[in-house]
Amino acid sequence: MSEAASLLKTPLNETHRALGARMVDFGGWDMPVQYSGIIDEHNTVRTSAGLFDVSHMGELEIRGRQALELVNYVTTNNATKLAVGQVHYSGLLYEHGGFVDDILVHKVADDHYFLCVNAGNQQKDFEHIAGHNRWECSVENNGAKYAQIAIQGPKAPAVLQPLTRTDLSSMKYYWFADGEVSGEWARIARTGYTGEDGFEIYVAPEQAGARWQELMEAGRGEGLKPVGLGARNTLRLEAGMALYGHEIDATITPLEAGLGWIVKFDKGDFLGRSVLEKQKAEGLKRKLCGLEMRGRGIGRDGYEVRVAGTPAGWVTSGGPAPALNKNIGMCYLPAEKAAPGLEIEVMVRNQPVEAVTIPIPFYKRAK
Amino acid sequence: MKYPDNLRYTKEHEWVLVEGETGTIGITDHAQQELGDIVYVDLPKLGATYEAGQSIGSVESVKAVSDIYSPVTGEVFEVNPLLAEAPEKLNADPHGEAWLVKMKLAKASEVDGLLSAAEYEAFLGG
Repeated sequence: MSEAASLLKTPLNETHRALGARMVDFGGWDMPVQYSGIIDEHNTVRTSAGLFDVSHMGELEIRGRQALELVNYVTTNNATKLAVGQVHYSGLLYEHGGFVDDILVHKVADDHYFLCVNAGNQQKDFEHIAGHNRWECSVENNGAKYAQIAIQGPKAPAVLQPLTRTDLSSMKYYWFADGEVSGEWARIARTGYTGEDGFEIYVAPEQAGARWQELMEAGRGEGLKPVGLGARNTLRLEAGMALYGHEIDATITPLEAGLGWIVKFDKGDFLGRSVLEKQKAEGLKRKLCGLEMRGRGIGRDGYEVRVAGTPAGWVTSGGPAPALNKNIGMCYLPAEKAAPGLEIEVMVRNQPVEAVTIPIPFYKRAK
Repeated sequence: MKYPDNLRYTKEHEWVLVEGETGTIGITDHAQQELGDIVYVDLPKLGATYEAGQSIGSVESVKAVSDIYSPVTGEVFEVNPLLAEAPEKLNADPHGEAWLVKMKLAKASEVDGLLSAAEYEAFLGG
């Protein structure tokens, strides 16, 4: 009890405990890692829908006449292209081109941007952005003002629609709307971290318990289940999505991580730009690759990767892919070798195990 | 339930069943619960010898890798063939069908130092 007492708790903490979730310390937060089991939860999201408490995620808000200028300076994607109600994935970089964080940028209004950031990076992101703010706008660290519930999976629209007047059928992927769920304010975004259709719903913390219960009730007939961070990780791995601290961190650039698509050189100056331009001109030294284990054994985070018997890189994330029935991973390899079809070895407990590089993503949902 | 009286237990959550000179080794129900969905079991080669407390292999769940420590000293003469094809059996029947290895015991008296079912349950409870 004393250990758990010092951890941060989301408004749904008691709900998870009542559901019998196994709780873990996730970056200082007391979070559910699993309820019914990671494989069951994973497959539920792929075939029906899952409900996630992701209230630990941080929210930063940038408001003011020149909010766009600040957003465009501290992020890699081009926020000028965003319409009100649109979201994009973006990189928050240091001057040296490495990641401070990877984030979602929501354009609420011309003078208001809402950033969803990683839980463990929230304070660092806030200080980074505020420290570079030389425009007429404010930066607010508003993590405590929002809870976030994600509903993900093919049945997500059918479960959520009866609870809101927002027309979900007309909401496109990576768009959002400020509306209501059960009559209470909610920011509903068609975004997610699972490779499935679904929504991330921001609500006031004191409303989170009621929204969770209503969604669970609404999804009963569709097979909706609560899903913990364990399956959240296997789902995002199958979908080939980066996780801060694994595929990306302060030493990795977006180009190396295969995230060149969120770097827009056709906009004004932004943090990291000159380093990325140089990297692009000179060529990359290393690149992120997908891998599939061929031999018996599971490549895990941090394991060494060898090419022709020589150490060449490391596994960033690895494990079983429950929906694909194989063991997969992502790894960094020298750029000149980083193409699908390369035979590699992953050092599993000091033994080389055969693997082969394959394209990312590993899983793509049927449209 | 649930910890059978005929098994002896370690604080690392292995069990051993002693029958004559043979020790059958497995992981406990508590261990499989803590691990969650088990997806891979790495077992030793036949003929390998181990001291009590040495790692004889590993059990992997979706999330984690966990070492298996031999409760006893001896030589491996059989590994459970079931686990290569169906590691999930370790979740379903850890004290029975999903045993890990059989060893020829070198020091039968070692077993006296292991926990009884009641002691193991008390250890878990504490």
